[in-house]
Amino acid sequence: MNSRRLVWRIARLVEIRDETPSARTLVLQIPGWPGHLAGQHVDVRLTAEDGYSTQRSYSIAAPADGERVELTVQRVPDGEVSPYLTEELTVGDEVEIRGPVGGWFVWRPNGTAPVLLVAGGSGIVPLMAMIRARRQAGSRTPFRLIYSLREPGERYYAEELRLPHPGLDVTYLYTRAVPDGWARPAGRLTIADMNTGGWPADFGPECYICGPTGFVETASDILLAMGHDARAIKTERFGPTGG
Amino acid sequence: MTEPAQDSYQDGNALAGPLREIFAVDVTAAAGQCVHCGLAGPVASLRVYGPAPGMVARCPGCDEVVLRLVRGPDSAWLDLRGTVSLRIPLPGPGVPDGTGEGPA
Repeated sequence: MNSRRLVWRIARLVEIRDETPSARTLVLQIPGWPGHLAGQHVDVRLTAEDGYSTQRSYSIAAPADGERVELTVQRVPDGEVSPYLTEELTVGDEVEIRGPVGGWFVWRPNGTAPVLLVAGGSGIVPLMAMIRARRQAGSRTPFRLIYSLREPGERYYAEELRLPHPGLDVTYLYTRAVPDGWARPAGRLTIADMNTGGWPADFGPECYICGPTGFVETASDILLAMGHDARAIKTERFGPTGG
Repeated sequence: MTEPAQDSYQDGNALAGPLREIFAVDVTAAAGQCVHCGLAGPVASLRVYGPAPGMVARCPGCDEVVLRLVRGPDSAWLDLRGTVSLRIPLPGPGVPDGTGEGPA
């Protein structure tokens, strides 16, 4: 189904959805797109008129849907690429995309082990692709999501995650500000959070952690301390833009 | 993934695109072994510094260089002297695995 050669393809922006004041979902139409797995990412390349070009990797936010590919991009204030993608790019514009790439941090709908997703800030993006892939496939694999972020206004996909998803439990953790009446005080992820919102190690879950480096290391250390198998913990980390 | 911080590093997942320019299959899912400390683990778990002048992937156990990749205008340099071996998962002949790579 897929060509072996990794090529740059022209992607046209067909839809924009704002997730937060500084993050938006870009729906791209990419002729010849070979399909992808939840958790994979793409490289996006921008080329200036003088020929200078630069590229960044972005996780795909939704499962394969023909030639439509969704990315959610967080604006990094001094970034070279994300301000353009989140503020300048408009419907009908084109960018270059290559992918999908990455075959390790992926979830396949035929998986039967329970799944724990741990997101820090914009690390939710590839994990949301897994949640959506589960739903798309009609999978009954039990999922739990622990989503850590600074404050409620930074939630991505808030409406969609509010809807009931049988077999998906969602736990929000806020590190700086909590909604009124919220029982858990603001604070970083702890072993108690992982005990409450995650799975016991005995259940043999597959664990996917995505977020800033410090967050990923903390979450990973907690899971190891709880007795989870290191081989069942998959991580993807990036800079300090998230939770 | 989003843009890396300047004083931070990415992980080996960031090598997926650049390595797929060279290899017919995804190498980030491969298990590599570090020459320096013997730690074995997926290429995706390496600590990657870069991109300029090239990507340098260090062992998460001992911080020594495991892999270096420099992409020039007409060639790529891949330095694997810090790697004992790579065990690359492959589907059976003729079985597409859906990761964007066909069988080798």
